[in-house]
Parts: sequence; C-alpha cells; structure tokens
Amino acid sequence: MIDFSVFQNSLPALQVVVPLLLAPVAVLVTIPFLSWLIALFGSIFCLYSSVSLFLLVSEFGKINYYMGGWLPPYGIEYIIDDASAFMIVLISLMGVFATVYAYQSFKSEINKKSQSKVYGMWLLALGGLLGLVTTGDAFNLFVFLEISSLSSVTLVALGSKNDKRALTAAFNYLLIGAVGATFYVIGVGLLYSITGTLNIADLTLKLSELTDNNSMKAGISFIIIGLMVKAAIFPLHIWLPSAYTFAPSAVAVLLTATATKAALYVLARILFTLLFNADEFTIIILQWVLLPASIVAIFFGTIRAVFEKNIRKLLAFSSLSQIGYITIGLTLGTASGVMASFIHIANHSMMKAALFMGVGAISIQLKKNIEVIDLQGLSRQMPITSSCITVVILSLLGIPLTIGFISKIYLLKAVFSHGNWPILFIIVLTSFLALGYAWKMIENIWMKEPVTTTINLKDDPKIYIPLIFLSIFNILFGIYAYPIVNAAFSASSAIFWKAV
Amino acid sequence: MIHGILGIWNYWIVIILMMTGLFIVISRHNLVKKMVGLTIFQTSVFLFYISLGKVQGGTAPILTGYKNTLYSNPLPHVLILTAIVVGVATTALGLALILRIKNEYGTIEENEIASFNTEENSK
Repeated sequence: MIDFSVFQNSLPALQVVVPLLLAPVAVLVTIPFLSWLIALFGSIFCLYSSVSLFLLVSEFGKINYYMGGWLPPYGIEYIIDDASAFMIVLISLMGVFATVYAYQSFKSEINKKSQSKVYGMWLLALGGLLGLVTTGDAFNLFVFLEISSLSSVTLVALGSKNDKRALTAAFNYLLIGAVGATFYVIGVGLLYSITGTLNIADLTLKLSELTDNNSMKAGISFIIIGLMVKAAIFPLHIWLPSAYTFAPSAVAVLLTATATKAALYVLARILFTLLFNADEFTIIILQWVLLPASIVAIFFGTIRAVFEKNIRKLLAFSSLSQIGYITIGLTLGTASGVMASFIHIANHSMMKAALFMGVGAISIQLKKNIEVIDLQGLSRQMPITSSCITVVILSLLGIPLTIGFISKIYLLKAVFSHGNWPILFIIVLTSFLALGYAWKMIENIWMKEPVTTTINLKDDPKIYIPLIFLSIFNILFGIYAYPIVNAAFSASSAIFWKAV
Repeated sequence: MIHGILGIWNYWIVIILMMTGLFIVISRHNLVKKMVGLTIFQTSVFLFYISLGKVQGGTAPILTGYKNTLYSNPLPHVLILTAIVVGVATTALGLALILRIKNEYGTIEENEIASFNTEENSK
C-alpha cells in the first residue's frame, strides 16, 4: 500500500529529483527511442507535478518544503509560491513540447552514438531549471544554475554534426557562463559574510536591517551581474546568438523557452524580494544599469535581426530585443511592470519556441543551418508549418488577437501608469522596426517561388504536431488571456512580498 | 595602516588571484590558457569562502569534548566542497570541448578559429 499523501506532500522535491534521477537511466538505456520515452515520461511527470503544485498554491497559498526535514535557516528550503509556481508550469510545459519535438530533431541532427546519451543531458537541464526557480537557498541556487548551464553547454556542442561552429559556440557559452556563475558565488559569499545565512527568506530579513552597507552593495552587484550573464541582458549577451544558431533545433527550442527565462525570474526575485528594503540602491540598479541596458538591447537586437541572413541568428537577435522588453517591465519597479514582465516571459517563450520549432523543421530536412533564402516558396512545400510560422510571427509583432498583443498592451499600460513617455515611445517605435525582420520571413515564405534546394521539403506530422499546439496557444491565449494574466498578477504580487 | 592591510592579507591574495584569473580569461587567445585562467578565478573564490570561515582563535570544527571550545565555521568549507565539484565539472567539460575543437579545426588559438568562422559565415 503506497500512501498517496506522502507522494503528494513531496511533490516540490520530486519535480526536481525525478528528472535528475531519470537522467542516468536515460544514458544507460542504449536504445534512443527508449531513452526518449524516459525523457518524455520525466517531462510529463514534471508537468503533472507542477500543475498540481500550481493548483495547490493558488488555493492554499505558499508551500514551504524542507529538504530532509531540516528546518531553515540551516536546512535547504524549497518554496513554491505564486511566482515560482508560474515558472515551473511554464518550464515544464515547454519541456514537454520540446521533448516531443526532440526525437526527430536529435535523430537527424546529432551523431548516432550520442543519441541516447543526449536525453540524459536533456533531463539534467530540465531538472536543473526547475530546481533553480523553486529553491529558497542562495547556494543551492548556484548549484542548479551550474547543473542547468553545464548540461545546456553539452547540448549546444552536440550541434557539431552539422556545423563545427557549434563547438566554439559551446565553449564560449561555457566560459562566459562559468565566469557569470562565479560572480554569483562571490556575491553570495559577500552577503554571507555580513549576515551569516544562505536562506533567501532569512537573508531578506537580515539585509533589511542593514541599509547602507558596502559589503551588501558589492555582493548584490556581483549577484546581479552574474545573473545578467545567464539571462543574456545586453552587454553580457555575447554567448547567446551563436549558441542558439548552432545548437540542434530542439536544444534551441528548450534554451529559448526556459533557460534565459529562469534566470530572468531569479533576477526579479533578487531585485524585488531580496532587496525590498534597500530602495535607493535598487532604484540605482534599475534606472542606471538595467534600463539603459534594456533600451540598447531592444535597438541592437532588432537592428541586427533586420540585417541578418541566417534565420536562427535572426531569431536569436530578436530574442535579445524581447528580453529587453521583459527587463524594461522590471525596471519600472512597480507591481504592474513586473506583471507585464511575467506575461511577456510566458508569451515570449511560447512564441520563440514555436518559431525555433518551425525553422528547425526545415533545417532537420536540409541538414544545415538555414538562411532566409531557404524559406523561399515554403508555403507550397510545407503549408502547415508555414501557416504556423506565420501565425507566430504575427504574434511576435503584436498583432491583435495574439499573445504578443497581450504582452505589448500590458507593458504599455505599465509604462503609461508609470508616466515614462520616452520608454513608451521606444517600445512603439521598435515594434514597428521589428516589422523589418518579420516581413523578410513572411515575404520569402508566401511570395517567392521555391528554389532547387527547397523543392523536396515536406510537412512532417511528427514535427509539426507540437508546433500546431503552440500556434493554437498563441491565438487562444491572445483571445482568452485571462489564465496567463491572472497567473502573472498573482506572481507579481508574490514577488512584491513587502506588504506581508 | 600597515597592520590593517597585513591583517587581512588573505583577502588581498584573493583579489590578486581573482583579477589575474579574469585577466587571463579575457586576454589570452589559447583556449587551454583560458581554462587555466578560469580555474585560477574560481580558486580565488574558494580561498575567499575559506577565509570567511576562520574564527579568530577557533579550532577545527570537530567535537573536542571540552566545554567552551571555540570552533571555526564549518559551513563555508562545505559550500566550497560543492563549488570545487562544480569547478572540476566545468574544467572537464571545457577541456573535452577543446579536444573536439582541436580535432575539427586543427588549432586551439582563438583568433585562428575566429578567422575560420568568419570565412564560414561569409560563404
């Protein structure tokens, strides 16, 4: 007789532990299909546990899970509140879509002998990200940061079958990521030296007693720079474009939908939950570091995307500018700004994951990195994939009835209520600039004749099924936005914990 | 003044190592040297944590059986044990990638790889 309530009570730990434990199993099973099934089982289990945790949290409030029964501040605590529940549902949902998509992608894009091992890395990355957003311990957070980024580096490097530049992209990602993570550790060390605790909730209380402390300022600065590297915020983004371009398609889908988003979530947590008392210092970071960085990111990313020929690099630069929109929401420092950021975190991962899936469907068949000209006449060869890509591009532009529109509306509303007119202007202007790269893709898909390289392309049901689901989500949540908006509202209230 | 600086000399070593490591990561073109720089950078952080754990006059945190024994703080050591493992994993992965890069490109000099990549990009 298994006691079901024990299982239910341990869900916060299980959703991290199960993928981590399944990872070696997936490596030891040498048949790729079986490994894929294990990975799929792992990701579906994560989805089940995160959805049930989300429902529990929205009904009964915050869940604190103590690892091994050790009470905080000494033990490691996992916290599921509205904000982290929002993130785990997003990450595991995207994880399921990416895993369904991954089988075909890995089958054609990576070497035969690593085909079952790759799912081990895949599960590690997923488990690491889920741990990253749920843990309540600053040092444990570092460990999860490294678990997820080391496994993502390995996944990026596997793209070397089609293009050896994947190796250098992975090496740069490793180097920059490791420096970023070490910055984070230095910051945690400085905070530990003045507070003597690593538990984030305890840290919050102890930091609130120190208002003007240089160790605290230095520590927080180190932590924020480390997280900016992981979240690819403008000057520290250099690993991102090539990593997304040369990774296998499924890896690009997973990374764009989850990895940077998890880091952005942690950044929001540090800025608004940990620093709730240090108002002056927080405002300096927001106004003088994050705000200029995100404005430059938006312009730089959009303009580079307009002139880019390689499609996945184009999408990566577009991601850069979209991350800028997310951080602009954070820089407002208001609950509505953070809410807009959360909406855009969810919506952008749905949009970009779908776009990388659609583009990947072509590069899986052509077995190379595709360029804009390879999209020519795609609508004749792959009508379903083309329609999905088009829907998602429209969503990226923020056309009404799509999720992109919902994001833009809430962001503009937050900026409007903050009264910052230049930013309002910049957001509207860059939305029009984005038309430059979006039109380039739509024109090639719908208005050109197929060329010889693209004449043999076909729609593949095994690839386009997750893509269709994501495109439907793009429209569905654009019309019926209540679930995402409501969840983002509770998430932003959880981030602004200071009222409690 | 001198006493103040010498009294915290281990932190000066931390800073010197940290800056040396970061400088090597940024300035060297050889990928193996970059990994060496990264390791030095990470090691400086280990030293920083271990310095934090030292309590003036404290002994090793093993139960002595006597009352009123002053112990050093063991927690930073435990943390650094974890960080060392992470550091080893990072180095191993980095070196494995360098091996693959050497096989594919025939060089581990960053500028040669970069010029090769730009050629590939313009093709």
